Amino acid sequence: MRKSIKAAALSAPLLLAATAPAMAQSVDERVNELFASSTGWFVNLIFSPFPGTSFPWIVAWLVIAATVFTIYFGLIQFRAFPHSIALVKGDYADPNDAGEVSHFQALATALSGTVGLGNIAGVAVAVGIGGPGATFWMILAGLMGMASKFTECTLGVKYRNEFADGHVSGGPMYYMTKGFAERGLPMGKFLAVMFSVFCILGALGGGNMFQANQAHAQISGVVGAYPGWITGVVFAAVVFAVIVGGLKSIARVTEKVVPFMGIMYVAAALVILGMNADKIGWAFGQIFEGAFTGLGIAGGMVGALIQGFKRAAFSNEAGVGSAAIAHSAVRTKEPITEGFVSLLEPFIDTVVICTMTALVIIITGQLIQDPNTGLYLLDEGASTIQTIDGNKGVALTSAAFSSAFGWFKYVLALAVILFAFSTMISWSYYGLKAWTFLFGEGQTTELVFKVIFCIFVVIGAAANLGPVIDFSDAAIFAMAVVNIIALYFLMPIVKKELNSYMSRLKSGEIKKYS
Amino acid sequence: MSNKIVLGYDDSEAAKSALAFAVSLAKAQGAELVIAHVLEWSPYSFLTPEEIEQRHKRREDELKRAEDALLAPVRKSLEDSGVTVSTELKYGHIAETLIDVIKESGASHLIIGRTGHSALSSRLFGSVAGSLAQAAPVPVTIVP
Repeated sequence: MRKSIKAAALSAPLLLAATAPAMAQSVDERVNELFASSTGWFVNLIFSPFPGTSFPWIVAWLVIAATVFTIYFGLIQFRAFPHSIALVKGDYADPNDAGEVSHFQALATALSGTVGLGNIAGVAVAVGIGGPGATFWMILAGLMGMASKFTECTLGVKYRNEFADGHVSGGPMYYMTKGFAERGLPMGKFLAVMFSVFCILGALGGGNMFQANQAHAQISGVVGAYPGWITGVVFAAVVFAVIVGGLKSIARVTEKVVPFMGIMYVAAALVILGMNADKIGWAFGQIFEGAFTGLGIAGGMVGALIQGFKRAAFSNEAGVGSAAIAHSAVRTKEPITEGFVSLLEPFIDTVVICTMTALVIIITGQLIQDPNTGLYLLDEGASTIQTIDGNKGVALTSAAFSSAFGWFKYVLALAVILFAFSTMISWSYYGLKAWTFLFGEGQTTELVFKVIFCIFVVIGAAANLGPVIDFSDAAIFAMAVVNIIALYFLMPIVKKELNSYMSRLKSGEIKKYS
Repeated sequence: MSNKIVLGYDDSEAAKSALAFAVSLAKAQGAELVIAHVLEWSPYSFLTPEEIEQRHKRREDELKRAEDALLAPVRKSLEDSGVTVSTELKYGHIAETLIDVIKESGASHLIIGRTGHSALSSRLFGSVAGSLAQAAPVPVTIVP
């Protein structure tokens, strides 16, 4: 793994040096080749299927974990849903704590890290390969993932590190070391180091290169094709200005615009659904039918299921451990309240926003069906469904929205750029926390990571979608492998917190302020 | 009727005039003076991950600064005035929080300074003095 980073990093100066447009295309190709060949083995390992089947073990791993947490905590995602809303509304906030980060703020910040390309491009990839049926499995994975998120975020707050100067660092690496030590379990440190390594790779992959890549695809879709490294250099410069230069104003503007973009996106989707209200029943029919038959897609039902689960996990990051880093900085007397709040994230991200994207793609007829059999037509490689104009990824979503409003592709382009940017900022923070866990807190070590992060923006923008998306998925899922092991060992601690909190809530010891 | 006066106080010139007025009134009526300073804060604003991480420390710094630079000097200057003075330091929406202070202390009078916003911005966004004049549960004196 080290080697692959080094190889990729070495190619970066080459990229920056290339200025002649004629050279650029070949530079893009070289980066792409080098990238695909150096990361292939890692991708294959993570996504290897169970022997004799085409079912990747990692997907089963995530689903089983989400199911275990759902059962172990007694359908917590449905039981605690109303209480979670009350917490976010501030009903239980002590007025004397005003001025501290509120539950609403913690949720909004964590959401701006997860709501992004996964909801726009990722869903399009899922539906483009797995057919409408992928949506069903995606929603199911989203609902189950709420329990995973609840577990990890509670632990994230409980075992965070508070430093003398008042700042806090938290996340899976801290509950792995402190939580395991508390329970007298071995290997905590080992898991924490593994997690941190994968988290850094995930930050550079899904949290960075995938974002840069899709932002470039979106921009070139609007202004016409041009070499990816140009987008990369511009993005890298802005990211550099924020995370190294401390240009908070840019980050602050993004943090403010992103929620509105999210609301606007959902509103636009609702309007399109309203315009096609007569087809909503049909679309859900396609989703349910496709979920269990595949409707002729490659891989059938299992293909739809894999795509749905994969993209849901990639979008809402439940079980991955990133949210535990984001939520752990919040001040709260009860760690469990942060767990309650965080379970809303997969709901908003996947059950609401991802479903909107999928419905719009299906309803606007982007996927080409055989008029006689109702089955979806596959393209030449027989791996993806034929679409109008052959769009895939973010271009597919863009085409779907633009078929209703021609101008929407410009809004979407702007949304994608902003989402990509805010996700990069969030992941640079997650990556940094893992980095400082490994190499210690300090300005120089932090700067090294930040510079590496910016270099990967350029690489991501220049590489093709295929290898980048594969590597991004692999790195993020590798985080989940380690994180979920830790969650299994530590879930009794969460249960204790839950029982104690629930009994105090019932007895009236924990009371509403408003 | 309780004999307490709440003064909404900040570092503006108007607030200083309001302070002088409030002190003379409290002396004349033999009333207690509650000097309140509100740090503007909304739990529904958006923060970056770094801001969240540093918020607790920031808050402590902000409280300390307000106490040291604003409230402590006022208390000191009124030590020999013969008026009983207490101070309140809170986070929140300024008008709403001052109303909370009035209710909690059981005061019967609110005094505030009129801050010099332009007519236009007051029209657009409303002014603290304006909303308090409308919403406060006790008589309000606005000092220019």
